[in-house]
Amino acid sequence: MPIGITWTVDDADTMTANEIYGEVLTRLGDENPRILAMTADLAGSTKIGKFQKKHPERFFNFGIAETNMMGFASGMCEAGFIPVVSTFAAFAALRCAEHVRTDVAYNRRNVKIIATHSGTSFGPAGTTHHCTEDLAVMRAIATMTVIVPADAYETAKATAAVIDHDGPCYVRIGRSFEPPLWKDLNFDWEIGKAITLREGTDITVIACGPSVLHAVEAADRAERQGLKVRVLDMHTIKPIDRDAVMAAVMDTRRIVTAEDHNIVGGLGSAVAEVVAESGKGCVLRKLGVADVFSPHGAPEDLQHLHKIDADGIEETIAEVMKMDFEQDEDWEDEV
Amino acid sequence: MPLSAEEHKRLADKAKHIRERIVEVTERSGGGHLGGSLSQTDFLVAIYYKYAKVDPKNPRWEDRDRIVLSKGHGGLGHATILGDLGFFPDPELDKFNKTGSKFGMHLDRMKVPGVDASTGSLAHGFAIGLGMAMGAKLAGKDWHTYIVLSDGECQEGTIWEGVMAGAMFKLTNCTCIVDRNRMSLDGPTEEIMALDPLDKKFEAFGWRTIVIDGHDLNQVCDALEAARAETEKPVMIVANTVKGKGVDFMEDQPKWHYGGLDSEMAARALASLRGK
Repeated sequence: MPIGITWTVDDADTMTANEIYGEVLTRLGDENPRILAMTADLAGSTKIGKFQKKHPERFFNFGIAETNMMGFASGMCEAGFIPVVSTFAAFAALRCAEHVRTDVAYNRRNVKIIATHSGTSFGPAGTTHHCTEDLAVMRAIATMTVIVPADAYETAKATAAVIDHDGPCYVRIGRSFEPPLWKDLNFDWEIGKAITLREGTDITVIACGPSVLHAVEAADRAERQGLKVRVLDMHTIKPIDRDAVMAAVMDTRRIVTAEDHNIVGGLGSAVAEVVAESGKGCVLRKLGVADVFSPHGAPEDLQHLHKIDADGIEETIAEVMKMDFEQDEDWEDEV
Repeated sequence: MPLSAEEHKRLADKAKHIRERIVEVTERSGGGHLGGSLSQTDFLVAIYYKYAKVDPKNPRWEDRDRIVLSKGHGGLGHATILGDLGFFPDPELDKFNKTGSKFGMHLDRMKVPGVDASTGSLAHGFAIGLGMAMGAKLAGKDWHTYIVLSDGECQEGTIWEGVMAGAMFKLTNCTCIVDRNRMSLDGPTEEIMALDPLDKKFEAFGWRTIVIDGHDLNQVCDALEAARAETEKPVMIVANTVKGKGVDFMEDQPKWHYGGLDSEMAARALASLRGK
């Protein structure tokens, strides 16, 4: 019996994404006594501490010991629970990589990992607290579902959806000061199904996380220049929505991806695999952290540096539109 | 309390049989983790044949006791016991390690009936097992969790995270036993990364420790019963054992951590186990 969200998130204007995630998880916990919440001394930072206040008996703080926490989460599934584990993405996905692979995924345990402070969202903290590798790692783990909500509302939808989903899930959210994409919860959101935010036939921007809002802004600016830009909110990185990618290939022949992650192994790579395997011609440009360690700085400055803000995406759209990537313009002669 | 002569003989005979099967399966499979499988046999036999609530005909029985081999390389010895108990037809063990069989050298819980956690990478099973115990406690289930560790895996940092958590969460509904055979793959633990005084380390972390001769069935059973009766602290039984126990040319030899046996060596090993 799916739980879904049968209520509205109050005070969304004043709550950050992580606070909304904490609030949603707490409400889901009201309805489902199988849900457990776990963290490693980051109850406050990840906002999973909201659950603790309401359901202290189902909340567990493991101290600064993440790998043990993943093992415990796996074991607690044996008694029928659905553990939700929250810590920073760098620790959840990198420090715990083998524990997520072996204890959770290989053991077929129904653990949900909600990783916060992903990408460069904890910008000033520097590389140790950035995480621009987690999508690559989690995507390579068999059975894992990998989700990057665009904002707080999508985080609420994703949290409910992963509880309903039978199998391990990795949801990566930011530090939670990102501006919202949506105004409320009145939209359809389904694991594995991209959302078309702008229709267009000239070029497609496929984005995830905070880059989605910037992609919409860039598309609106390009539209004023006469371009029709399709924007896809690719919130599920695995399984990737192949149909949406292939529709973009066939309809627009130009794709720009944007993600707060290394351009190696994340959304851009997932899209590239679909395009390459299709045998259909398409220009693809990947925006993200260009296989470097990002410097520290304010998140908005870093997004500008990595060209995943509206300016960077707009500039890239213009570049890609100028590319002459075929000798002829006959799209019918493709493989 | 000492076991009755009859009970002692029953368990000792079973342990002898399991050791013989470990040798036979290794000969057929081309290789196996002999050293650790032979050192863990006596206490694992006591757990499975005297105490554990398990049902070979219903391997996923909800109220069964959970048994996690955190030292997943003991899978050869573990599978041998499960086969003997009838969790699967015993002759299937002839396919141990073989392509397409249900048995890799580290057992997969999705493939081998009776296995509660897929282990192999060290220190993982300890946290998984403790999580099972905590899950049972929270859900009000009265099944017990047994966790078997190697001593070498106590060099992993994750073990000590779990030791802290076990004490913090007062997990008295599990029994942990470390197979202290003092050898890891490269040699003696004390020469590679010293563990002694291992018992005092667990005690310092808030556990009750019971140190025993892991091959003395009376001591093994006394310790397992004491652990079940403990209500204040989690219990770690430090079972002093001999790697390769029972096969004269394997005992205390790190090179027999993993090895193959041709028919002549297997015959020598069986003769040694049979006291000939």
